[in-house]
Amino acid sequence: MNSEILFFLLAGMILVFSILTVTTRRILRAAVYLLFVLVSTAGLYFMLNYNFLAAVQLTVYAGGIVVLIIFSILLTSHISERAKMAGKFQGVMSALAVVAGATLTLITILNYSFPAKSLNEVPSDVKSIGRALVSYNENGYALPFEVVSILLLAAMIGAIIVARKEKTADKNIK
Amino acid sequence: MAFNIYDFTTLTKSIHEGLTASYSATTTLIIEWTIVGVAYLLFVALFGLFLVYAERKVCAAFQQRMGPMRVGPWGLLQTIADFIKLLMKELITPKEADKFLYNLAPFIVIIVSFLVISVIPFAPGLQTFDFDIGIFFVTAVSSVGVIGILLAGWSSNNKYSLIGAMRSGAQIVSYELSVGLSLITIIILAGTMQISGLVEGQREMWFIFKGHIPALIAFVVFIIAGTAETNRGPFDLAEAESELTAGFHTEYSGIKFAFFFLAEYINLFIVAAMATTVFLGGWMPLHFGNFESFNQIMDLIPGLFWFFFKVLGVIFLMMWFKWTFPRLRVDQILNLEWKYLLPINLFNILLMAAVVLFGLHF
Repeated sequence: MNSEILFFLLAGMILVFSILTVTTRRILRAAVYLLFVLVSTAGLYFMLNYNFLAAVQLTVYAGGIVVLIIFSILLTSHISERAKMAGKFQGVMSALAVVAGATLTLITILNYSFPAKSLNEVPSDVKSIGRALVSYNENGYALPFEVVSILLLAAMIGAIIVARKEKTADKNIK
Repeated sequence: MAFNIYDFTTLTKSIHEGLTASYSATTTLIIEWTIVGVAYLLFVALFGLFLVYAERKVCAAFQQRMGPMRVGPWGLLQTIADFIKLLMKELITPKEADKFLYNLAPFIVIIVSFLVISVIPFAPGLQTFDFDIGIFFVTAVSSVGVIGILLAGWSSNNKYSLIGAMRSGAQIVSYELSVGLSLITIIILAGTMQISGLVEGQREMWFIFKGHIPALIAFVVFIIAGTAETNRGPFDLAEAESELTAGFHTEYSGIKFAFFFLAEYINLFIVAAMATTVFLGGWMPLHFGNFESFNQIMDLIPGLFWFFFKVLGVIFLMMWFKWTFPRLRVDQILNLEWKYLLPINLFNILLMAAVVLFGLHF
């Protein structure tokens, strides 16, 4: 009973803030509403006693991605800026896209029967997390881990190239 | 009510049993939530006031002054008087400010501080949440706190606030890495992230002694990075008063300013408490291998006193170098993190892994 109340509270928050994220005309507010959506999702994981995933959600999305988004907004936009309202054509097209996406999701969810399985509790202590992260047999995450590492390395090199000072040009400016 | 200063589990248990005997399950839960909430609020408010007083006294001592002396004996009531004054001040919202975000920002900062404080073990049996991922929870939640600072700076519509927020954001995001990595060093040694497990693992010997060289390096890095995380001197350029008036909270007044101010001091407490829990044995007494009589004398001192003794020691250390070192420039701060602390930390993790692998620790 208590957990049901909690679930509907969190689900309601996710819904309301998701809608607010895309309807607000102030860009920083959109980022903050997105933060609320992500934090509520972490709340759902906490409710399921999946603490590790909840903490990952908080670190990566709330503490990482939203901070990056807010940073770039702080650097680029002024407080008085408002997003322009979309034109008629754009409005119709995005409405169509939304309806199509929603139908597709609903059909998938309603057709899936969600069998209630009783799985063994997965240990989430340091040792098992570490083992799972670097093992390459079943339930191992070695490949995704390496692929993500390469992606991050590429992003890092890209950032350095973009931000690096040119050596040859502008010798007069110091 | 069974009260035992050495172990609070009996006290909490007897409260719980007393409540379940006379109320329904839901009412018990609500009453217990209220008790815990009020306890945390009281603790944070009183300890925050005490820390402000302590900071002024410590600062005065370093500058050969007396500090606050006039309100109450040795100025003890000074911070309470200041707090009442703060509560009575007018709440001003700047023109053209984004009112929603402007009002939201202090709450994000203070909520994050309260969430982190909820996992800290004060004494045996005095801990609210004991997650299996305890330390990770602390780093995860505290990484959200910077959003409050960024929002405060931007929504004030003031260039000083914005510059302060940008500086503070860059600094906090960078030093989060060092805080996390130095904690991971100790997790390797302890083999667990659960906070009660960490404290329990230090029954024989605190981790800073057990892990000798790498643990000591991790402790120093943690204290430096923790000071930077709390925006305290010598890393307080985010609110450098001579350049930016007050940084990101320039435009805040009254209770909203008090929230930022209080959060700053709670964060100081949190860093000291984490250093205590992870490196200095939490509420565990000081034990030396085979000195049985010495160990038994140390056991006579309750865990609660040990915890606060160590926390206040670390806090004094951090105040010490706030009032000793000059403020760093922004490029020096970022250089220190990315060119020195981060490589040292990564090497230190390798060193600790080797130490644990070959069993070189005590």
